Order: sequence, then structure tokens, then C-alpha cells
Amino acid sequence: MLSRTASDLYWLSRLVERAENTARMLDVAWNLSMMPFVANPRDEMMAPLMISGTHELYMSRHDDVQVREVLHFFTLDQDNPGSIFNCLRLARENGHAVRGKITAEMWESINSTWLELKEIRRGGLDQYGASAFFDWVKKRSHLFRGATYGTIMRNDAFRFLRIGTFIERADNTARILDVKYQIGTLYGSHHGVPSGGDAMDFYRWHALLHSVGAYESYRELYSEAINADRVAELLVLGAEVPRSLRSCMQMLCELLPAIEGQTGQTAKRLAAVQFARLQYGDLEHVLDTGLHDYLTDFLRRINELADTIREEYLEVV
Amino acid sequence: MQSITPPAVSGFDEMFAREGAVRPHYSSYHGWLLGQSNELLHRKRQEAELLFHRVGITFNVYGEESGAERLIPFDVVPRIIPEQEWRHLEQGTAQRVRALNQFLDDIYHGQEIIRAGRIPADQIYGNAHYQPCMQDVDLPNQVYSHVSGVDLIRDGEGTWYVLEDNLRTPSGVSYMIENRRVMMRLFPELFAGQSVAPVEHYPSLLLDTLQHSSAVAYPTVVLLTPGRFNSAYFEHAFLAQQMGIELVEGADLFVKDGFVYMRTTAGPQRVDVIYRRIDDDFLDPLAFNPDSMLGVPGLLSVYRQGKVVLANAIGSGVGDDKSIYPYVPEMIRFYLGEEPILENVPTRLCRRPEDLQYVLEHLPELVVKEVHGAGGYGMLVGPAASREEIDSFRQRLRARPDNYIAQPTLSLSTCPIFVEQGIAPRHIDLRPFVLSDGRATRMVPGGLTRVAMNAGSLVVNSSQGGGTKDTWVVEAPSC
Repeated sequence: MLSRTASDLYWLSRLVERAENTARMLDVAWNLSMMPFVANPRDEMMAPLMISGTHELYMSRHDDVQVREVLHFFTLDQDNPGSIFNCLRLARENGHAVRGKITAEMWESINSTWLELKEIRRGGLDQYGASAFFDWVKKRSHLFRGATYGTIMRNDAFRFLRIGTFIERADNTARILDVKYQIGTLYGSHHGVPSGGDAMDFYRWHALLHSVGAYESYRELYSEAINADRVAELLVLGAEVPRSLRSCMQMLCELLPAIEGQTGQTAKRLAAVQFARLQYGDLEHVLDTGLHDYLTDFLRRINELADTIREEYLEVV
Repeated sequence: MQSITPPAVSGFDEMFAREGAVRPHYSSYHGWLLGQSNELLHRKRQEAELLFHRVGITFNVYGEESGAERLIPFDVVPRIIPEQEWRHLEQGTAQRVRALNQFLDDIYHGQEIIRAGRIPADQIYGNAHYQPCMQDVDLPNQVYSHVSGVDLIRDGEGTWYVLEDNLRTPSGVSYMIENRRVMMRLFPELFAGQSVAPVEHYPSLLLDTLQHSSAVAYPTVVLLTPGRFNSAYFEHAFLAQQMGIELVEGADLFVKDGFVYMRTTAGPQRVDVIYRRIDDDFLDPLAFNPDSMLGVPGLLSVYRQGKVVLANAIGSGVGDDKSIYPYVPEMIRFYLGEEPILENVPTRLCRRPEDLQYVLEHLPELVVKEVHGAGGYGMLVGPAASREEIDSFRQRLRARPDNYIAQPTLSLSTCPIFVEQGIAPRHIDLRPFVLSDGRATRMVPGGLTRVAMNAGSLVVNSSQGGGTKDTWVVEAPSC
């Protein structure tokens, strides 16, 4: 497969995944900000800015963290390169470039998403409703994934699409977990882990699980009350949870060696090493390292893997 | 019941004879049309637009905000050609393309046509599309124009003329195919009722042509596009996908050790045939325009060594230039020893003093075109132009007479289209596509019918708001 085509496919699915995760993250932050025990709704709206590393960009254009402004910034703002609007716009451009490599149904899915998004933007977020919008983004992402899964051949095009998804998802899960822990720390908890038990903590972890669609998994796997350690275990090491770091790495370890040809030795090795760390890791080790340090290290590794994939497979020149 | 606005009394209409009688090859369709309501046709047209949008059949317009995409207007009334008439057109266009390919081979080798005095040498050497670097380069099968688009029109009497030849990167064939698909989806009953010749096998014919253009046994074929911001990008992607070949940009290719390779996820892969949709000037920044970001450095040297095939060949443009066009009938006689089956539009070359004199005196009734122009840009349509436009054009003509040709304003035939008020006539032309690989000259029955969407307008170019409609070659009714 052409390196440029692989790159466009990779970014197509990566950007759709990013749009979905942004919607999930915002949905939670916004819901929490409306909780009666939240002293200041702005604190909750800080989380998405910290997770995505766009705090400085936001503050360069706004005086203050306001709920409405943050929502706009992440959804329909044309000037935020990471807004859902721009993610889906670029995803569609990447899809356009590889129209011949994806199925008609995949293209129609991403193209009609873009056409509807332009309509939504014309009316504004207030008119559409923030909750309805987040649901819409998730649905469009599900639709695209479903069209991909259900129609495309299991060839390298499929693999690069999936690789983009899991690189982005691993990165996002790690970030969202990290920031929730840090916010927990702000409210005073032992060794960076919220103590659990009070209503605030319950809703916070409850919301985090919801944001990654893992609430039901938690309920099924653990019979104990929702607490920070278990949430971390689930999202870092959970073998059966599709958004856990372990699951993402497992998928990458299956996908990379299946690509035709002998290229990409370094990428395959990095993925295998990181998967082994999760596969044979345990919660004690994670907590002893400190979750924040552990996730920082993971983010560094997943970015190194992404850079290597780019160099070995995707770079045109 | 459908209201049908009759065509003008003068001029030739595809559906109606002059007395208003329906032409035989349209009788079945006309009967069906009368029974359709305006609402239904309106809905069908909306459905068609939705289909085109969904599939992303859009094009970019030069000069508009970058990335602006528009649909080419699509009309739901087919343009029907009786099979017998099509045979005539097919023979005429194929004859023309055979002669043009021989002409190009001759021009870049022995130049017998110049030595025989049939074409003045300065018409060749002074031509912007003549490529000296192609002199004495031997091409496989001696084919230069693998894919040719021949624009045909009819005058007020219904006589067919060749308006121009397109031997560089003729576009529009994807619309021919998609228009048919959409029509079959919208009106399946019409296709059940009569036998419309299929056109959807064009991509497989094209792939076959490209594969046979190379001496390599199992050649790797790619389609080279300028990129997604090109106005015809949709077509490039469409054709590459239909043929199952890679759609590449210049940056995807590189030259090494005398061959062309593409960069793939599995390492470099050799390329044997490039169906290029990039003009000569942008193909190789080392040989042509050094600023080109679209091309492949070193491509020309590989090409001249015969290690890669370009379709169409570098330098083919010298055969489709408007200043060469008047000589095509002569080429047919010279190379094939045949009389031209299709006529040229009578053309005056402003480089000839007597022709220039005539043109300057008759500007309001003539169409004047730049010899290297395309897409309807830089031309004067005398009868539609204002006095100021004519005066300013007159000055440009005087300043550079050899840059222009002039033709009588042919009315172009009309064909009914669906408008808000019902059915009304609009001017059309026809572009069939001809494939050449040295063994055969092949076409699919039909082509792209372009429509001037505004009443009275003669400009059919999509870049100027023209539309398209499906083109049917049908067996004549047996009665």
C-alpha cells in the first residue's frame, strides 16, 4: 500500500476516534459541572483543557474558564485545531483523499457526518443542545466504525485504520485517567488517590467510567463500591475492556505484524514490549510507581510508538 | 401530464423534428415522459443530487475559495442517439484518433507531413505543446494518445462536426459512468423497456489499454493525480478505484537507478505505466517547470530510456492544439489514405493575414478562441458579447493574431431538459472517449453529453456552469 494512503487511512480513523473521545470527555465534565456539590463549575471544565493540553491555547483567547465558552471551544470552534468540528473536517478530507481505498458506505458515513456537522454549526450548539450533540458525535463514530468493520476487506487498509483508532484511544484513555486523578489530588486524598466514600468521589469515578463506556464492565467485574484503585485497574490492565490501555496495546500487537512486508521492525518491538508490560503487570506495581508517573511514562511510550509508525510506514518523503 | 416547451423553429433538436413530430428513436421515451408529473421529475432530480452528494461526485472550481465543492448540474432527460448514427460517429472519431496518433509519431520522428508540405513547419516548432525532448524517442506501439476525448456538435441542419480533439488529459468520463448508474437507479423501468448500450465497462477497457501500452509482461499501472484540490480529483480517485490501481501523487513516486518506484508500506515498488492526469509542464521539475511540486524529479530521463510508459505521451498536446485542428482532415488523407468521415468546423487561422482581415470585420458573428485555451476560458462568443467586449477583444487580436482562431457561431443542437416549469430545450454537445493501444482503437457506445443549463446559452463547460446528462445509444425501433 502507498505510504501516503496508509497515512490518510490512519489519520482518518484517528481523527474520528479523537472526535468521539472529545465528546465523551466533555459530556462528563459538563454533567459534573452541574452537580450540586461542585463548588465551582469551572473547575470541572478545566479538566478537558488539561486532558487535551489545550489550556494555553484556550486562555490566549479567553479571559476565564466559562462553561459555555469551553463547550464551544471543543465542539464547533473553527480556530481550535482539536475541536470536534476540525477533527471531523480533517477526517473527511483524509477520507476524500483515499476515497478509492475505502468502501462507498464508509465514505458516505464520513461525508454525511461532515454535511450534517456543517448544518449543526450553522444553527449553533445552544440550538442543537450539548447533550444531543455529544450523543450525535458518538453515534456518528459508531456508524463509521460499524461501516468500516462491516464492509472493508481485511487488508492493510483495514489494519492502518485500526492502528489509528487504537493509538488514539490508548492516548486518550491514559490522559483522561491521569487528569481525573490529578483533580482528585486537588481535593486532598492519600497518595494521589481519592479516598472514596463521599458523594463527590462516587460521582467523579462514576462519570469517568461512563465517559469511556466502561460503567457496565465495572459492575460486572467488581462487586465492590466504585473506587479509584479498581477504576485504574480496569482502565489500565483490564483484559476484557475495549478502551483499556492493555486492550489497545493488544490490538496494536496483533495489527502491526500482520502488515505486508518486512518494514516496521522497531514499531513492532515497541508495541510488543509495551503490551508485555501491561499483560504481565499488576495493580501493586502501578500504584507503587504512582499512577500519574505510570501514565506519564505510558504516554511517552505510546507517542514514541506513534512516531515510529510514522517514520517506518507512513512518511512520504 | 407534462408540459413541453417546443424547441426554436430554427436549429436542430434531438427529440423533435422541425414540424414538432417526435423523432422515432425518442418515441418510446417521449410517451413515458408525457405521463410523468412535474412533481415526480422534481423529486427524481433531488434524489439524483442527493446520490451525487453522497458519493462525493463534486468538482472544485478554479478561482473559488480553496476547497469549494460543487455538483455539476445533472439533468434527468437522457440524450438518445440511434445505434446507426452512433456507428457513424464511432468510425469518424476512431479514424481521427488513428490519424492523430500517426501524426504525433511522425512529428517526433521523420516529419514526413512537413516535408510533403501539408503542414507548415512553423506550426509545429512554434507550438507551445511541441516537446523537442521527445524527438526520436521510440514509444511502445507508437501510441501517443492512449486516451482521447473528441468533442462533437451538430449544427442547425443536424450535421455532426468535430469541435476539438483532446489528447492531453481529457476528463469527464466518470460522469458518463455515474450518470448512467444514477439513471438506472432512478428510472429502472426505462431500461427494462428498451435496449440502452452499456458504458460501465469503460474502466476495464481503460485498464486493458494501459496494460498493453507497456512491453513489460505484467506491468504495474498507477494513476498520477495533481492531488485532491484538482478540479477533476473525484474522477482520478474514481477511475483508480474502478481499475484497482494505486492513485499516486508526485511525492509518492521517485526515480532510482533508471526506474520509477512508488513508496509503499512494504518498501519501494517498481512502476511500469503511469496514467497521468498532470500536464507535461508539471511532470518533472528537472526537465520542465522547476517550481512544480506535483511531478517526479528525473521522470523524463527514465521515460526517454523506455523504462516507464506515460499515458498520454509527453508532447501529445501538439496534436490537439486549436492551431493544428484545421489540418486534421489533411492528416487523415495523408496517413490513412481515407476521406474524413466527420467534418471539421470551418476554421479561420488569424495568423493568415486574409483570415485575420475577415475575422476583424465579422467579430459580432464569430466565436474566437485562444489556440492553447481550454475550458471555455479566454474566448469570445460574438453574438453574445457586448460592444465593449468586442472592442477589447479586437485589440487583443491585433496584438497577437497567431494566438487566435475563429469559427462561425454554430447554434449547437438542443435537447430537452427538465426545468422548474417543465421540459424545455437547451444546447448540448458530446464527448466520446477513444482508447488506443496500438492493437485497436476502442470506445464504449456513448460519451459525456454536456448541457448549457441557461436558455439560449452555448457554453457547456462545467467550469462555466454547464451541466451533464446521460447519453443513450439505443437500437432503432424495429418498425
